[in-house]
Amino acid sequence: MKPGRLASIALAVVFLSIVVPARAATIQITMENLVISPAETSAKVGDTIEWINKDVFAHTATAKNGDFDVTLPPKKSATFVLKKAGTVDYYCRYHPNMKATLKIEP
Amino acid sequence: MFTRWSAAIAAAILLSSPALLRGASAADKPTDPQIAHIAYTAGVIDITAAKQAQKKAKSKDVKAFAEDMLRDHEAVNKQALALVKKLNVTPEDNDTSRALSKQASDKLAELDKLSGAAFDKAYVANEVAYHKAVNGALETQLIPSAGNAELKSLLQTGLKIFQGHQQHAEHVAAELK
Repeated sequence: MKPGRLASIALAVVFLSIVVPARAATIQITMENLVISPAETSAKVGDTIEWINKDVFAHTATAKNGDFDVTLPPKKSATFVLKKAGTVDYYCRYHPNMKATLKIEP
Repeated sequence: MFTRWSAAIAAAILLSSPALLRGASAADKPTDPQIAHIAYTAGVIDITAAKQAQKKAKSKDVKAFAEDMLRDHEAVNKQALALVKKLNVTPEDNDTSRALSKQASDKLAELDKLSGAAFDKAYVANEVAYHKAVNGALETQLIPSAGNAELKSLLQTGLKIFQGHQQHAEHVAAELK
């Protein structure tokens, strides 16, 4: 293989790894000891939110405006792809003292 | 001295009176084996109440709430059992636990006489009051008295869960009206 081709493949790999996540990122949010962190997350439409439940208790990520209601069994994670821009407050239906906010840009 | 403390805390839990809790002397601290027993008993009480509600509740929301209580309190108690085993602590029965159990079985009998919407209302109202009282006891007595760091941490997690349950119960109660 010519060095030039190798370099272009390497460049393509670098390029893909930078560009693809920038277009649609997966953002991880942790639920541990009844705390959602980070409590405020910025994201863009098309991004995937992955909630990771580290507790032995079931939780939900439930949008106050009804946009999503994701159930998280103990020690499991679940994802949701953001479809609409806006600031969405969400909470856990089982433990409404668990609260957080998503700031979704277009 | 422990008896006096237990009587105070039991009364506080039963009557939901934070004033009584504050009245308990700091010197009358329960021991870790006693704290473990009280916390475990408090969980068992809510599990028993939830099982009764699963059989008797009419509203879908109340049934779902009971199922949430059952699941969470069983999970907490499973953790508590694992912890006492790890720490090689034997939970010790005490006046507070006994008073709690007595009061709970009276409440169970009282609720058993109700049915339909009346049961739903009374069960949820009791859940609000019960979690409020247990949270008060956790905050002001059980957590500050716990010696072992892991026990303290489990009680702190328990407090956050029960505060969540209290809010959840308040929400269900509001929906029933």
